[in-house]
Amino acid sequence: MSEHIVPVRIYLTIFAVLLVGTLLTVWAAFQDFPWQLNTIVAMTIAITKATFVVLYFMHVRYSMRLVWVILTSALFWMGIMFALTFSDYWTRDWIKVGY
Amino acid sequence: MASHATTAPETHGHPALQHHFENMEQQREAGTLGMWVFLVTEIMFFGGMFLAYTLYRSLYPAAFASASNHLDITLGAVNTIVLIFSSFTMAMAVYFTQTGKHRPQVLCLIITLVLGLTFLGIKAKEYSDKYHDHLIPGRLIPGNPYNPVVAEHGDTDPHKLHLIEGATVKQVEMFYWIYFAMTGMHALHMIIGAGLLTYLIIFSLRLRFDPEYHSPVEVIGLYWHFVDIVWIFLFPLLYLLGRHLEHG
Repeated sequence: MSEHIVPVRIYLTIFAVLLVGTLLTVWAAFQDFPWQLNTIVAMTIAITKATFVVLYFMHVRYSMRLVWVILTSALFWMGIMFALTFSDYWTRDWIKVGY
Repeated sequence: MASHATTAPETHGHPALQHHFENMEQQREAGTLGMWVFLVTEIMFFGGMFLAYTLYRSLYPAAFASASNHLDITLGAVNTIVLIFSSFTMAMAVYFTQTGKHRPQVLCLIITLVLGLTFLGIKAKEYSDKYHDHLIPGRLIPGNPYNPVVAEHGDTDPHKLHLIEGATVKQVEMFYWIYFAMTGMHALHMIIGAGLLTYLIIFSLRLRFDPEYHSPVEVIGLYWHFVDIVWIFLFPLLYLLGRHLEHG
């Protein structure tokens, strides 16, 4: 069996990290940070939590390279979807045409 | 390769090995890979709704903050912890399957299912609260159209809609379309996951899974963690985005 078995200690650590992350994001939501920092803090915590779930609970850290390729390609294409959509919506006011 | 099959190593004798795979490891990796390809389609599916959320939040920031503040943060946070706990027990179920510990494996699967149902129960309570506050968007529920009561300045009734300056009731309705679409699709995935867990529990009790063959446990585990990750993003985006403006 070449399958990697993740030790219980790591699962417990990730579980603790996720709980702390949840409490942290609730606490941070009530702080009035300047500019858009509230959103940035919330998303940073969420992405960190998701990364831990993917790497350890979903075993990606120990998986074959092809899983990495499939996952990053998904994130890459989602990036394209967001980038192209908002390059349209968020720039419509830049030039006034037809007024 | 036909001659190879006749002189196969003993892992070929496993009853769960399908004829088109060389050995159990190849079969397991093919299953995991296939599940990841499916999860990519799921990422793109939810990605489209996250895109809609981002767009309308950037168009109506005040309305999104007002509507978000109406959601019950306690129920949302408790549900986040319930789901994280269920992800942990799911991971432990995979671990106990890999190490051949049958009783803890079944127990972990049952706990995961119970936690999943707890999540759905709390979600149902939230939906019913929104129903009573007339916040179901459009005319999804016949006889109970979207028609929230807007709070006057100084009114602290939590059942009324407290609009931050610049927000309109119509824009808040857009938030609730997105809220119900995203949490509704997430809840549907939870219901499907609960069905899959029931299948796993039944087949675990029949001793179908062992350290050599446990792809169903592993693959349904991947699905369950994915649904957890969607909620990890939904919770701050839907429940927390306007909290810092609440007392401002």
